[in-house]
Amino acid sequence: MQTLLKDLLSVLIRIGSVVLAGLGAVGRLAQFTGRAVGRAVLPPYYPARLVEQMLIIGYFSLPVVGLTALFTGAALAQQIFVGGSRFNAESTVPAVTVIAIVRELGPVLGGLMVAGRVSSAMAAELGTMRVTEQIDALTTLRTDPYQYLIAPRLLAALIVMPLLVLVSNVIGVFGGYLIGTERLGFNAANYLSITSQYLEGDDVTSSMVKAAVFGFIIALMGCYNGFHSSGGAAGVGRATTNAVVSAFILILLANLIITVLVFGS
Amino acid sequence: MTPKIELIGISKRFGRKVVLDELNLSVMPGESLVVIGGSGTGKSVMLKCILGLLRPDEGQVLVDGQDVTRLRGRARTAYRSRFGMLFQGGALFDSLSVWRNITFAMTQGRRGNARQRDLAIELLQKVGLDAAVADLRPSELSGGMQKRVALARAIAAKPEIIFFDEPTTGLDPIRADVINDLIVSLVRDLGITALTITHDMASARKIAHRVAMLYNGKIIWDGPRDLIHSSGNPYVDQFVNGRAEGPIKTGQLVR
Ligand SMILES: Nc1ncnc2c1ncn2[C@@H]1O[C@H](COP(=O)(O)OP(=O)(O)O)[C@@H](O)[C@H]1O
Ligand SMILES: [Mg+2]
Repeated sequence: MQTLLKDLLSVLIRIGSVVLAGLGAVGRLAQFTGRAVGRAVLPPYYPARLVEQMLIIGYFSLPVVGLTALFTGAALAQQIFVGGSRFNAESTVPAVTVIAIVRELGPVLGGLMVAGRVSSAMAAELGTMRVTEQIDALTTLRTDPYQYLIAPRLLAALIVMPLLVLVSNVIGVFGGYLIGTERLGFNAANYLSITSQYLEGDDVTSSMVKAAVFGFIIALMGCYNGFHSSGGAAGVGRATTNAVVSAFILILLANLIITVLVFGS
Repeated sequence: MTPKIELIGISKRFGRKVVLDELNLSVMPGESLVVIGGSGTGKSVMLKCILGLLRPDEGQVLVDGQDVTRLRGRARTAYRSRFGMLFQGGALFDSLSVWRNITFAMTQGRRGNARQRDLAIELLQKVGLDAAVADLRPSELSGGMQKRVALARAIAAKPEIIFFDEPTTGLDPIRADVINDLIVSLVRDLGITALTITHDMASARKIAHRVAMLYNGKIIWDGPRDLIHSSGNPYVDQFVNGRAEGPIKTGQLVR
């Protein structure tokens, strides 16, 4: 009886410590976010850092995000055609393609691709700076690492992701258009007019909101994991993996939440 | 006289590992203190506690008699501007060129002007480096060169207190002596207060007014430089003579 109680107690203690550790992690992340956002609005500002990050995040992500959108849009149009033909709804290809791209696939796939590129790179760079004491050196040279390192990255991702997703949406629709007109026998002018007829302002707005939120998540996960890495090269490796995995999960979760909020009712 | 820096009962633990254990130490204004001690005994941690990069679990750090352990915001930034720090690994910013690293305290990472670049070149010469390295990246330099660039960065803003964490490690004896001379002249001519960590006994003999030994989280001995070879303390004797046999177990030394 007593050993049973003891076992029960130790299980409870273990559950408790796991819960506490989880809460602690959430608390640390919230504190980090609050600090980063709080310092981002206060001077000094680092415009050169911001522009540099916007280039790294936005411009250099264009090829990978563009190709992702092109291939996905094309494949999507083909599938909708095949699926639709079972109940004589082949003509829905332009409308369904544009809605699926703008509402879901453009921002989500764009977000995931950029997370793969950028969250990992940020975590690796900041993690290396942490373990080589460059972040400590910044502090002793009276530069706030939140303002100098974190704020430009968060802001840049927040600004650039919507632009990137806008481009990606256009390319995705264009991918569908290519398949539609070249393989599926749609008339070009007709395809485009149906596309614009079914695309609504709300779709674009929600797409941009998602993109901005994903951009924030991407930079936040990269910075948070890099900033708190420890334990040499292996620690930086762990930070990089954690940054990407957590960015992926949070992007998909945030997407679900926004979709339900905007389109659920 | 009030000490420039006074550590009172500083303790620092990482998890269960006690690194500093109620450590007491003081450095007088204009004094050059050298701290010796085995690898991993917490010498760098002690410097970071003074700079506020790590928060001690217990104890107080006084600078000019004022408690600085709980400084926040602007006051803490102003406090840090009084210090220069040479990190053990250099900690140069690898995204910036050498001269922009050196002038970082002035430019705060912004573009910087020709006058600042000239200052950087002047400092490079002081640490025995050629002006040609000014535009290189830290990754293009050898370890010893990086260390000297980091030293130039630490002294660039003319701080009143400078910490040197193993300034001569990784340098050949001749270049090490250039650094020793530089530290001596900073203390003698500019009147800075210097706290240096080193394993290099030749360097310690040259730059120190006073030597302190850190062991098991405490300062177990301190005294004038001339007494380190006749300290009568078996731990100090073993360390300064570099003997494997003695009261310091090598298992403990490395930890
Ligand atoms: N940020 C940290 N987190 C955990 N342990 C640390 C940290 N910094 C230092 N330590 C540990 O504290 C001990 C003392 O480190 P350090 O001060 O660097 O030694 P040294 O005397 O060689 O400079 C080491 O065992 C090290 O592993
Ligand atoms: Mg050290």
